[in-house]
Amino acid sequence: MQKMRNSPLRTILSTGGALLFAILTLPALASYDVNIPAPATPVASQIYGLHMYILWICAVIFVIVFGAMFYSIFKFRKSKGATPDVNFHESTLIEIIWTIIPFVILIAIAVPATRTVLDMKDTSNPDMTIKVTGYQWGWRYDYSADDVGFYSSLSTPWSQIGQPGIEASEKQGNDYLLEVDNPLVVPVGKRIRLLVTSSDVIHGWYVPQLGINQYGIPGFIKDVWFKAEKVGTFRGQCSQICGKLHGYMPIVVIVKSEADYAKWIAEAKAKWSSKPVIAMPAAAPAEDLSKKFTMAELKAQGEKVYAANCVACHQATGKGMPPAFPSLAGSKVVLAAAEQQLNVLLSGRPNTAMQSFAQLSNTDLAAVTTYTKNSFGNSTGTLVQPADIKAARK
Amino acid sequence: MANAAIDANAATHDHAHDHHDHKGPWTRIFTTTNHKDIGSMYLWFAFLMFFVGGAMALALRAELFRPGLQWMQPELFNSLTTVHALVMIFGAVMPAFVGFANWLVPMQIGAADMAFPRLNNWSFWIMIPAAILLMASFFVPGGAAASGWTLYPPLVTQGGIGTDMTILAIHLLGASSIMGSINIITTILNLRAPGMTLMKMPLFCWTWLITAYLLIATMPVLAGAVTMLLTDRHFGTSFFNAAGGGDPTMFMHIFWFFGHPEVYILILPAFGIVSQIIPAFARKPLFGYASMVYATASIAILSFIVWGHHMFTVGMPAAGQLFFMFATMLIAVPTGVKIFNWISTMWRGSLTFETPMLFCIGFLCMFTLGGFSGLVLSIVAIDITLHNTYYVVAHFHYVLFPGAIWGLTAGVYFWLPKFTGKMYNETLGKWHFWISAIAFNITFFPQHFLGLAGMPRRIPDYAMQYAEWNQISTVGAFLLGFSQLIFLYNVVTTIRSGEKAKEKQWEGADSLEWTHLPSPVPYHTFETAPVLK
Repeated sequence: MQKMRNSPLRTILSTGGALLFAILTLPALASYDVNIPAPATPVASQIYGLHMYILWICAVIFVIVFGAMFYSIFKFRKSKGATPDVNFHESTLIEIIWTIIPFVILIAIAVPATRTVLDMKDTSNPDMTIKVTGYQWGWRYDYSADDVGFYSSLSTPWSQIGQPGIEASEKQGNDYLLEVDNPLVVPVGKRIRLLVTSSDVIHGWYVPQLGINQYGIPGFIKDVWFKAEKVGTFRGQCSQICGKLHGYMPIVVIVKSEADYAKWIAEAKAKWSSKPVIAMPAAAPAEDLSKKFTMAELKAQGEKVYAANCVACHQATGKGMPPAFPSLAGSKVVLAAAEQQLNVLLSGRPNTAMQSFAQLSNTDLAAVTTYTKNSFGNSTGTLVQPADIKAARK
Repeated sequence: MANAAIDANAATHDHAHDHHDHKGPWTRIFTTTNHKDIGSMYLWFAFLMFFVGGAMALALRAELFRPGLQWMQPELFNSLTTVHALVMIFGAVMPAFVGFANWLVPMQIGAADMAFPRLNNWSFWIMIPAAILLMASFFVPGGAAASGWTLYPPLVTQGGIGTDMTILAIHLLGASSIMGSINIITTILNLRAPGMTLMKMPLFCWTWLITAYLLIATMPVLAGAVTMLLTDRHFGTSFFNAAGGGDPTMFMHIFWFFGHPEVYILILPAFGIVSQIIPAFARKPLFGYASMVYATASIAILSFIVWGHHMFTVGMPAAGQLFFMFATMLIAVPTGVKIFNWISTMWRGSLTFETPMLFCIGFLCMFTLGGFSGLVLSIVAIDITLHNTYYVVAHFHYVLFPGAIWGLTAGVYFWLPKFTGKMYNETLGKWHFWISAIAFNITFFPQHFLGLAGMPRRIPDYAMQYAEWNQISTVGAFLLGFSQLIFLYNVVTTIRSGEKAKEKQWEGADSLEWTHLPSPVPYHTFETAPVLK
């Protein structure tokens, strides 16, 4: 019995030791972060400090509790001739002591914890306010005072992500899944108030280094604040499951010096003045509604627009993922007269993931409509021009 | 699968002193009202669901082995996370506890059977269509529910018919739980043998009595919440739709008013099992019996006023956050009392370390760690930075796997000799424990680090800095998953060809099933109530 009892333990300990050694000798490049990332705001610093404080309290309790347990395990074993003290099974005094001591420890934790909560919730006197809107699957930022608003979505190409059964064709970069086309930019040292909401389902605006994790709830606006103390780039992700591409809606916040921020906001005003933009080329030329494009021109531009806005659901093959994401190949709507499809594109379909894409430019909408009508095996030959979109918008 | 255990009983009832009519095996499975038959059926159902839910977890871990999408589309990943949770909670852990209650409550209080035998049969069979609905939902257009097991609207309203099937499955499982609870409460309050006062009951019966009240209080709340989802989805109501005057946050309040007591439903009966096993192997009575009962009741009462700690990131007012933080921290007190009492039970005992005891010590160690991470998460500010990250995943697996599952596993090893009359293989049992213990920590300890570093949960793909810990976690998960096959093998071979067990297999066991009944226990027990001093 003695031998049988020891043998599995010994085998496993030696295997475990070998495994531990293997882990410790893995390439030094590998990242084995074990703590909250370096805080960048006063609140995040408080969170970091609180966590370390409680961790140490837990460590002390751990030593006492595990010490008593393992002392019993080694001292009071039958194989060492221990006899049970059957009368040691009740003591009101002991019960009272070990009810009161944890209570006192909890008070010692609650005091600093309460202070931080009150700090976090104090959103008064902001230097600037930005509205954050989650949507499936990206973010929109509106700088209310400056009339600047833009969309921010994942910029990691799908060729790095791959598909089930199809290996990623491109090597994953350093900021894989944590990079966006248009980051949120804020000035350093200012109290920034965020008004967080959502246009469809619940999302979570989560940037650990700023100490913020706030649900965006459709129909409601919640506010949080932060004051970045250093210039830099801070990354986060949507924290609340929000459907298919929940894992693919990162957040990037760039904190700039005041001078750099002033430069950026001036450019932003020129680029995004109140007109929302999804994946528009940096300097979109003014649209010429009278221009008639050729099929080749429209399809080339349409392919780009499709890749930026449609491919996640309707797929590169155009076959979608029915029934949630219908196929465009052979679709009745796509094959019908242009008005039907434009209606869907401009108004969206209620209660589905198909949102309105009215924020796209007339040219982009014309291009993507033409592209879908003449790709994936669809060959309507229909050309849709920017002027048609302009007309359909009314 | 139910056959094996029932046959084990059938083999014994031949020489037992009973006269029930001899039905065919299938008729017996469908019509049995015997608490031992139904207990076995619950346990086998739970065992099957444990492997189904485990297979889903392994599929998830396979996808998370490295960055990028390799094995499944994100929707399937979301469905698997959702159904893994529902299967483990409603299909594995809860039915397994009810299975133990069926077997043990009548024997431990000296009753002949459960108070409502036919209701007992019905509460088992109602789970089968629920399980079928849940599994079949993967194969309908749109796939299974993919909103996470919390079913938050408005996301859940986007789901297909699979979501409706899940809602109906929850209705059925909830009804089953309520019926089971009514049965357990009535049995404990009315059928105790003369002399078996409430404060003399084994702690397992106490924890189940309290759990049953929790179930009756919260299951109708869940049923209400999912019914509102159903009408929002199909009948144009707007309970949770702001555009129609509703509020998605209200769903969270209702759901977690069920959901937090639910986590104690998943752990209290395990507390009961551990409180039976540790004294048996320490060979001295449970330390602080009365304070254990009061601590259990305190935990149950507190569990109704802490639900808001699941919602610190919805943006509730500071006063609300502070209230829920303080209430949550308070739970540490009665939970601590329980841990201290268990350790004091071992103190000055005469310990041996058979498999059930090993699992109980594992339970104590890991549950304490899960308690620490729970304390960390109760602090609003820290919770905000860890909410919906892998830290939370690590926390609840630390309290549920070594908590609920090891409690159950210890119970199976402890009572298998009594149920079947045969002794399991001790060496295999020890292998099962040590591999599980090591694999569990390889799987879930790194997830604390992932969460602290900011990796959200329920994502099929992740940034590069999370790759290493995820890889280790996946290796651990496969080891953990496959090591449970040792358990299955051990149980099956025990039933088929185990050595004969003693009437009192464990020297220190002192509840009625050990002191008054032979092993295996006859098909009918305590038809006349035992005499207690």
